[in-house]
Amino acid sequence: MSITYIAARIGMFLLVVWLATTVIFFLPRIASDRNPVRERLVMMAATGNLATGMEKVVEAYEQEYGLDQPLYLQYIRYLSSLVRGDLNYSLINYPTRVWDMIVQRMPYTLGLVGISVLTAFALGSLSGATLAWPGAPRWLKGALPIFLTLSPIPYFMLAIMLMFLFAVRHQWQPEWWPLLPLAGATSVTTVYDGWSMDRILDTIHHSILPAMSIILSQIGFWALGMRGMMVTTQGEDYVTLAQMRGLKPSRVFSLYGMRNATLPQLTSLALAMSLIFSGVILVEVIYRYPGMGTLLYNAIAGFDYFVIYGVVFVLIVMVAASTFILDIVYPFIDPRVRRAA
Amino acid sequence: MRDLGAESTQSSAAIQAEAETGSGASYSALSQIGYYLLHERMLSIGLFMLIALLALWLIGGQIVDPKNADPISGPQTAGPQSKYWLGTDFNGRQILPLMVHGAPLTLRIGLYAGVFGLGIGILLGFLGGYMRGPVDAFIRIISDVFITIPSLAVLVVVASTIKESSGLSVNMMGLIVASLSWMWPTRVIRAQVLSMRESNYVEVARLNGMGDLEIIFRELMPNLFPFLAASFVGAMASGILAAVGLEALGLGPQHEPTLGMTIYWSLYYGAVISNWWWWYGPPILLVAWIFISLYLIAAGLDKWANPRLRQSL
Repeated sequence: MSITYIAARIGMFLLVVWLATTVIFFLPRIASDRNPVRERLVMMAATGNLATGMEKVVEAYEQEYGLDQPLYLQYIRYLSSLVRGDLNYSLINYPTRVWDMIVQRMPYTLGLVGISVLTAFALGSLSGATLAWPGAPRWLKGALPIFLTLSPIPYFMLAIMLMFLFAVRHQWQPEWWPLLPLAGATSVTTVYDGWSMDRILDTIHHSILPAMSIILSQIGFWALGMRGMMVTTQGEDYVTLAQMRGLKPSRVFSLYGMRNATLPQLTSLALAMSLIFSGVILVEVIYRYPGMGTLLYNAIAGFDYFVIYGVVFVLIVMVAASTFILDIVYPFIDPRVRRAA
Repeated sequence: MRDLGAESTQSSAAIQAEAETGSGASYSALSQIGYYLLHERMLSIGLFMLIALLALWLIGGQIVDPKNADPISGPQTAGPQSKYWLGTDFNGRQILPLMVHGAPLTLRIGLYAGVFGLGIGILLGFLGGYMRGPVDAFIRIISDVFITIPSLAVLVVVASTIKESSGLSVNMMGLIVASLSWMWPTRVIRAQVLSMRESNYVEVARLNGMGDLEIIFRELMPNLFPFLAASFVGAMASGILAAVGLEALGLGPQHEPTLGMTIYWSLYYGAVISNWWWWYGPPILLVAWIFISLYLIAAGLDKWANPRLRQSL
């Protein structure tokens, strides 16, 4: 991998983040000629709802986003505060910094995204590859249409369906029917002090349903893509040659078939990251999972402006970063890109 | 697009011949569509599902009184029964009229996204694919960058600002989600135009003296039809997805019962824990129905557009 390849990817990462932050700065100003944040602050001040010291926020806001200044100056100030990592204060929980609130929630969101994407991608790709190869088990063939039907349904709607099935007690459920937690990331009854083994197990227990709603929706998508690619790969001369050389079928399947067929899948994964993150945010809302999605939901409900902006900004950075990481991983799997890069 | 100047004095036979090939082409395109509808199971099932939904809406509109979708038209959270087929919600709205009223609102939001996305997609895709050079590079980079940006994040900022300042309506929701529905159509159309402009029949048309616009409308557009249709359906689906997402976050039209808003209110009042399944069940199934039908239509069109896919699917 050459420096230019990495530099180009970093350039793309910065371009994405810059363009997105620019859009979220200008679009609301085009869409509405009023300034709801200012109105909100004025309202809070009028009803005496301002926490002590909050005058400073109002002042800082006036300074940074003040309407008396030309738009381009506001824009430059906005960008420079983002570069410094300054996401301002929460309006509702005043002395708390938005950044601190997000850092607290981030591991949950990243964990949910990471685990569910890895599981779905691995399971989906593997079953898709098996389906394209001769001798695929019948149950797998039967399962594919089910997963394909689930794949266009938004994650959060699957989440509600799973909640109905596995988190609420119904009369028709037999005795042995498993019931999983309905909300949160840990039991309400237990208070944990730091991270212990019990807390980790409890969190995993609470994460099963949210993760399952993402995994179930994705498996079909990855299986379909992989099956298509494997069929193409199967017809390639190098696979025929490998078979004629008498290589073990498992070796031909994994190293000659799957490795080549995985490449377009990784491209799709990079393109799907923004949808996956958005979907996870919504699933968190359904399960009141304490990640960034629930933070965003509460912020929207109370119009906690800086928290909304902060979560959205960090979300944009996370999606761009995941695309960047996949771009960097790609050459390790594809020697052609490595050499060209 | 036809010249009315000097060239129109040319023999009328040529124009006649041209008109004939034109109608011939559209006839074969129609019969092609008919052929694929019969032979492409996914496309026909998807279309059937969508038509069934529209029929349900038309018939439902006749038998259901729209007033019954208003609050206190029935008792509070009553389960399905003979008087209220699908029960009522927490505010005494009857669910069946609510669905009949809400489904077209959700589809309308999708329609905005489809029309707008396809329109911009055609404009940018043709501009890039046909002009090439720096214009194309710019369009390619911009659409790639916007695909990477999570549109829900951008829409959340816009929608929350508008909601606070003037409130949201269904039409405004449609416009908001439509503003970010053009990336995939642009990408697909641009790629197709790039490869088609090198093809033999375009070359022949150019040698025959056809102008750029004439080539675009008479040679490229008909061949692009499945891609355009698939892009339209795809933009529609992504628009509805974004809209339901915003609605789940509480950023939907507060006073209009789109399917997403019904789901939002049911969650807001804790319908899952209270086991009022008749409240959130119908809108979820309807939205799933819409997504599955759009997915089948898009996949069927894809197969039509790329014959190579036919073996693998």
